[in-house]
Parts: sequence; C-alpha cells; structure tokens
Amino acid sequence: MIRHLFKEIARRPLGVVCLTILGILYLCTIFSQFLAPYLPTDQDLNNAYHPPTRILMVEWRPHVQVYEQVDPSAARYEPVEGATVPVSFFSSGAQYRLWGIIPADIRLFQVEEPHRIYLLGSDGTGRDVFSRLLYGAQVSLSIGFIGICITMTLGFIVGGVAGYFGGRVDFAAMRLVEFIIAVPSLYLLIALRGALAEYFEPEQMYLVIVIILSLIGWAGAARIIRGMALSLRQRPFVLAAEVMGQSSFRILFKHFLPNLASYLLVAATLSIPAYILAEAALSFLGLGIQEPGTSWGLMLQQAQELKVFTLNLWWLLLPGAAIFITVITFNVLGDVLRDIVDPRQQMVKR
Amino acid sequence: MSAYQLLVLIMHNKPDANMNSSVMAPGKSRNFNSSPERTKPLLEVKNLKVYYPVHGGLLRRIRGYVRAVDDVSFNVPPGSTVGLVGESGSGKTTIGRCLVRLIRPTAGSIRYLGNETGSLSKKNFFPYRKKIQMIFQDPFNSLNPRMSVEQILGEPLSIHFPQMNIEHRRDRAAELLSQVGLKPDHLRRYPHQFSGGQRQRIGIARALAVEPEFIICDEPVSALDVSVQATIINLLQDLQEELGLTYLFIAHDLAIVEHISNYVLVMNRGKIVEQASAEDIYRSPKHTYTKKLLEAVPRL
Repeated sequence: MIRHLFKEIARRPLGVVCLTILGILYLCTIFSQFLAPYLPTDQDLNNAYHPPTRILMVEWRPHVQVYEQVDPSAARYEPVEGATVPVSFFSSGAQYRLWGIIPADIRLFQVEEPHRIYLLGSDGTGRDVFSRLLYGAQVSLSIGFIGICITMTLGFIVGGVAGYFGGRVDFAAMRLVEFIIAVPSLYLLIALRGALAEYFEPEQMYLVIVIILSLIGWAGAARIIRGMALSLRQRPFVLAAEVMGQSSFRILFKHFLPNLASYLLVAATLSIPAYILAEAALSFLGLGIQEPGTSWGLMLQQAQELKVFTLNLWWLLLPGAAIFITVITFNVLGDVLRDIVDPRQQMVKR
Repeated sequence: MSAYQLLVLIMHNKPDANMNSSVMAPGKSRNFNSSPERTKPLLEVKNLKVYYPVHGGLLRRIRGYVRAVDDVSFNVPPGSTVGLVGESGSGKTTIGRCLVRLIRPTAGSIRYLGNETGSLSKKNFFPYRKKIQMIFQDPFNSLNPRMSVEQILGEPLSIHFPQMNIEHRRDRAAELLSQVGLKPDHLRRYPHQFSGGQRQRIGIARALAVEPEFIICDEPVSALDVSVQATIINLLQDLQEELGLTYLFIAHDLAIVEHISNYVLVMNRGKIVEQASAEDIYRSPKHTYTKKLLEAVPRL
C-alpha cells in the first residue's frame, strides 16, 4: 500500500515538490552536525548581529568576504575591500558526536579562525543563525513525528476499542474525549506545562512538550477513528473474523488497523504542522525549549527585540520562514495524500 | 434471466439431478429423511426470541420492543439443508447470527448436538466456532480488502490449527482454493482482483477452512448474477456431498431455496409461519404468506 501511495504521489507535481522539500529538510536535520559550521552555542561577541557574509569566487574557489565592525552600537559592518578568506570543504574542526554516538570532526564547510562564515547572519551573541537553524530543526521537525506517533497510537487504541466494543466503553471513552476537546488547548498546554515542569529537568523539556502535545492531540483522532471503527464493526469481514473465533485484540490489529491506515496516514500528515506550531508557540512564550538548547520557536522568541526591526536584522526572523515552509509543505502533502486516499473529497476543477 | 432459466442452468450443470420436467422440483439427489424429526437433530432451536427495546420520550424509557425473532423453534437434522425464507426484515438473518453468537438471543434455547450453546460465555462458545461457520451475503464486503487470499484463508487456520506452520497453512489454503474451484496461484491476489462469484468462492473456502460440520449460508447468492448463482449453488451442493455438511440456507428467493433444501421454514415478521418439506411447500402451501411468496417467484 505504501508503494502504491508513493507511485500516486509521484504522478502529482505538487506531491513531488512537497516530498522533495520535506526530504531536503529532514536530510538537513539528520546531518545537521555535519552541515553546520559551528555548534549552536558557539559565541563570538565581536561579531554580534553580523549580517550574512558575502561569498565571492576567487580563482574558482569560494571565498568569504571579511568584514569590519564600523559602529558597534548600531551593529554596522562594512566589507573590507580585497580581504577574503577561502572556504575549506570537508576539513576537520571541533569534535562532535554524530547522532550522539559516532565521534567525528569533519564538517561540510568551514573558514579559518578567527574569521567566521555567517551564511544567514549571526544573533546578539555572535552565534551562527544557519547552524542554530539546523540544530533547532532537530527539535522542531522531530517533535511533530514523535508527537504524531504517540497521538495516533493512543487515538487508534481508544477510538478502536470504543468503536469495537460500543455500549458503555464507547460512552466512557467519548465523554473523556469531549472533555479534553472542550478545554481550550492553549490554556491546557500552559497548565500542563506548569503542572509537569517540577518533575522534569530543564534539559528534559523536549520530553515534557511531546507528552503535553500528545495528551491534548489524541482526543480528536480518537473520535474520528471511533466513528470509522463503528462502521467497520458491521462490515461482514469483521463479523466473519468474529465467527471464526478471532480475538478482539487481533481483530483490532489485523482488520481495523489496515483499513484505517490510509486515514491515519493522512491525518498524521495534516496534523504534524499543529505540533510544529505548538512547539514554536510554547517556546515563543518561554515555556518550551530552554537555552542552551535551540528550536525554531526559541529562536523567534529571541528575535523579539525592537533592534531587530529598527536595525533591519531580517535574518533573525528566518526561523519563522522555516516554520512557514515546513507547515505549508506538510499541509499541501496532506491534501495530496487525502486526494489519493479518498478521491471523493477532491476539489472539482473548473 | 428468470428463475426458470436459472433452474435450467442448474440442471444443465447437474445432469444427474432427479428433476421433474414440468415442475421446479427440489434437487433430491442425496439420501436423507425429508422430515427432520426422524433423526436426532444436529441443531435444535426452541422458543428463540430476539427483542430490541424501543426507547422514547425525554427520559429514554423503554416504550416497547421490536420483535425481530419472536418465539421461533425448528430443528436441523445432520447432513440436510434447511431453507429459511422470508422477505427483508423478517428476521432470517437475525436467526443466523444468533446461532453463531453475533447477536445474543433475548430468550430461548439453542442446542447443538444436544448441548446448550445459546447461553455459553464467549470462551466456552469457542469450540463451537470450529464447528459452525457462516457464509455471508455480500461477497464485496465479506473479505478484508487489505488482506491477500492467503492471509484470508490463513486466519481461521491459525486460530483453530495453531500447530500448523506457514508452509502447512499455505498448502492447506491452496487445497481449499482448488476445493472451491479456484487456482492455487490465486493465493497472492487481493479480493479486488476477483469477480463477485470468485469472491464468494473464497468466502466459502474460508468457511471450510476450519473443517466445520454446519454452515449457515446467509443469502450467499442473492448479491450475484443469476448465472453465477447457479454455479455457486452447485458448488455448495457438491461440497455438502463431499464433506457431509449441514446447511442452514437463508434466502428470500423461494425458487433457490426449494432447489437446494430438503426442508423449508417460511418466516414472516419474526415468526415461522410454515415449515414443511420443500416438496410440500411447493405443492400445497398452507399459509397465505407462503402462497404469496410462491406467486412472487418469477416465471417465464
């Protein structure tokens, strides 16, 4: 079925574009330690609010323009005529552990110290926005996936059990779902964050956020899955499985799950953006990922300074653009998937 | 195509069937007692009732009951086919589902080989799941669209023959397929790659997988093309002869029921209004409802 889906996506230009963008984003995230020239915590106070550095070609090799600070109070940098530093590719630098396991020191590109390469400028303490964006993606992009896995599992179990057994089980499950849906999610987020915070270290905030988001998110999925399970319940192949003596648990996993899989996939794709946005919102409010960690929402929160607007430090708003692109792409891909899975919902082209 | 043509088709396929040329007589090629009372019954149903409460008013109090099955008693002798006819909503399917515990009866007793099964718990009923199987009406919905034929046929095998390994199961599934007239290389295919008749054959193969004694055929041919109906009915008859099965054949088409059954129960509004041998039902229907049903059989 997965292969069939990929084939169908490949036939649609929009689907191909979305898959490519997401593929690139996730590849960058996986190899962020290799792609980023600096660690996300690497400060350089002499280069605060540095604009993106110009890349020049000198003797067919890329060089980085050297800048000179003109006015520290206004964060003004002027390029020094003729002064360039060559960019070295695949050279070794500071040690890191790839995915926390493999020790390595090779990076895609670097420049010789004390010069710095700021592809997307630097922030108030001279940290490289490009590197932070890549490291931040590890949080922002994975939180959606992990969240959705927990949500869909919980939603499938609760919704499937409610739909399969019906009666009182169904009643209890649905009242719980309604309760969770009835509470405004942002308040619930903040309240849960407040309640859970004391049991976790600040470094474990990632875990806390995933738990909070999943606890809120499963209710909607459970309700829809319950409805679909109710209709599957009366399908003769489920009755046949019951007549042959199949256990309820196996019926749920062998008969319900494969028939709900396409819905689960679409729903998951369409709700990943909600997780990315929720993480960004929490971090933006200062309730999410904490320093020295990094995420797109946290970076945006740090760009909440008047300076950013008065001095036109536009590169500090790039995490917003990253969130925008990711969310849009996931939504469009979700729409494409839904059209494939359920052609009846397709918009009529005029 | 009319019912008469259907019977011509069946005759054509079974030239040995003992048929009168002028009347649509039931197939009487097997030896059995035409009256089920003479042998010890395989299945005894006594005073079976299935009521559904009707709620009404502000407090959702029970206002009354829908009597889906109202005080029904009948016997099924071993090796025979008992037809159950009636219009839509007369409670035929409800009875069938009660027998396999898809619906819990409100009252009454169901005895299988003398043992009460109607009130057993789910766990205690499990051994009977191997003995009683069901064939469903809608061949398009009775097979899981996400499972291959091998998985569909392997499912009952893995439940009731846990000692079988994968190769064993595959061999048995292939054997079952050839038993119902399909090819063993169909194992890898999915239900949507088959026609309605072929799917119904897979449904029959699935029911046969557990080596049952008694099969409830819940309108197994009413969703099929008339020409395909004949071949499926012939298949069911051949299997009965070969494996010594007992059928409860539920249908709304009296012509088919007459052809396949030894004994016919006519149901209307949850009650059995007439029960007699197939021949008697055809020759001398007693109840007005039976007469009406007979008149409704299309003729050329």
